[in-house]
Amino acid sequence: MLTILFDGIAYGMLLFVLASGLAVTLGLMNFANLAHGAFAMAGGYLTVVLSNRLGVPFLLCLPFAFIVPALIGAAIEISLFRRLYGRSHLEQVLLTIGLVFMAVAAIDYVFGAQQQFLTLPAFLKERFEIGGVGIGVYRLFIIVICGLLTLALQWILARTRFGSRLRAAVDDPRVASGLGINVNRIFLTTFAFGCGLAGLAGALGADIIGLDPTFPLKFMIYFLIVVAVGGTTTVTGPLFAALLLGIADVAGKYYVPKMGAFIIYGVMIAVLAIRPQGLFARSGAK
Amino acid sequence: MLDTSSRIAAIQAFARSSRVTAPEWIAWIAMAALIVVLPKYSALYAEIASLALFAVSLDLILGYGGIVSLGHAAFFGLGAYTAALFAKHFINDPLIGLGVAGAVAAALGLVTSLLVLRGADLTRLMMTLGVSLMLGELANKLDWLTGGADGLQGVAMGPLLGRFDFDLGGRVGYAYCLTVLAIVFFLSRRLVHAPFGYSLKAIRDNRLRAMGIGIDVNRRLAATYTLSAALAGVAGALVAQTTGFASLDLFDFHRSADVLLVLVIGGTGYLYGGIIGAIVFKLMNDMLSAITPQYWQFWMGLALVVIVLIGHERLARPFAALSARLSRGGGGGNARDVP
Repeated sequence: MLTILFDGIAYGMLLFVLASGLAVTLGLMNFANLAHGAFAMAGGYLTVVLSNRLGVPFLLCLPFAFIVPALIGAAIEISLFRRLYGRSHLEQVLLTIGLVFMAVAAIDYVFGAQQQFLTLPAFLKERFEIGGVGIGVYRLFIIVICGLLTLALQWILARTRFGSRLRAAVDDPRVASGLGINVNRIFLTTFAFGCGLAGLAGALGADIIGLDPTFPLKFMIYFLIVVAVGGTTTVTGPLFAALLLGIADVAGKYYVPKMGAFIIYGVMIAVLAIRPQGLFARSGAK
Repeated sequence: MLDTSSRIAAIQAFARSSRVTAPEWIAWIAMAALIVVLPKYSALYAEIASLALFAVSLDLILGYGGIVSLGHAAFFGLGAYTAALFAKHFINDPLIGLGVAGAVAAALGLVTSLLVLRGADLTRLMMTLGVSLMLGELANKLDWLTGGADGLQGVAMGPLLGRFDFDLGGRVGYAYCLTVLAIVFFLSRRLVHAPFGYSLKAIRDNRLRAMGIGIDVNRRLAATYTLSAALAGVAGALVAQTTGFASLDLFDFHRSADVLLVLVIGGTGYLYGGIIGAIVFKLMNDMLSAITPQYWQFWMGLALVVIVLIGHERLARPFAALSARLSRGGGGGNARDVP
């Protein structure tokens, strides 16, 4: 029981870090980026290649899993997404779906359609028990890392100069640029950072949630649920949504395996039917 | 209130805009003639016709209602499964099955329209996507009824109108699909040229002002969404009936994405976009999968990216843009008379 809760929390934390970049681009910048999962996939495959084929230690791979997707994200932001900020959601959706299809086919071409397995270092594979609760070291590792990332994210958004600039740029790009804020650069940095986080989470999660070419499509709905249910005005909203989703998914698969993913979609539709703006939206937010 | 003369003028304007022009007649006759001239590819034509119907149904809510749906495949798949199950367990007459499939899909459309119309774009994307995924999951889990991941096999359709059996070559199938497409298309065409259609355009272009002049926005959109769902269900039923097979793939996300691509290729908001897009999409699809059977998705994705970058407006209604340019270049001052 508690083990399931623990696994659910680990899964939820992972989902949060995966989706946090999307929470900013979709929620704050209002850019419907369905290709977010592709960056997570990039991080995952990069780690698999580095650690399995080139023998780089797993922990050393993680910084690369952050940096490379962030750079790819930056390149795509400059070349493609920047032109689409002012356009309709339909066009954003179409472009990003196109990117997802391209990413899926390209990964399939290079690595094949099969599931990729990550060989974790031995010390992360152990399990121990505290008071009858079985705890996998790797899951604990994920919770700690993702927890730290969450705190850092909250701190950056709420306490730093960059965070307040970002909020200003999002609220009113024209006034913000009039005040001497370089809006383009802020958006670029934010976007790249979000992609990096997704890549990192994709690397961390390769062992838990699996990694194959259809990853961006399979998990698109999960990211969107986190963002839509969690609302986008705070970091805590998506965090709670992600934890809820993670626990519900793990518990659902364990207790009522026949229902499968049904529970999650049902819960999401119910939440959005009652609160179209998300569970944690501030009333009066724009 | 309108006085009599302006009322007559308005009615005439509506009538003029909904008149079927000569090129349209030629196009439809050409499509019908294919069955005699080049019957070899009838199965492909039937696929195109059902995809076109699916795209036309999406155009109603996207091009006229302005609602972006990521899960239109929900209705498509539901229609297909309904038609297949109905033929298997009850009556195998295609026309009755078609009606039942449309009705069931319309019922789902009516229920989900309540959900979809709440909230902003993001919530809508989620809702439409969620409903289609949920139905796909349902079809997967109810394997005693739907055959689960193996698909629903062994559907034997009865003869069309009690006389024409569906043949392997697909000629009857194509004739059937094309007839249904034509009927649905001209009914939709009539609808969007009626005041109802104009009110939809008003809602799409400026919701606040549409409300301001007294249009009941939510009810109109709900009606359109329901109708669109019914038509998508009919399109799905056509696929199931002509192929005698329904599979989970019908609910898949890529179906919803494909039909969006179809509509974007052909252009939204004038109904013919669905047909033109379906033809281009299927031919492209056929060619690309002949060259790279596994990776044709990549080129589809690239097509989407390029279309968006070049500019949706420029590509949408390419023929309208072309004729506008022609009349501007050639007609000179006359162009101003054209509304």
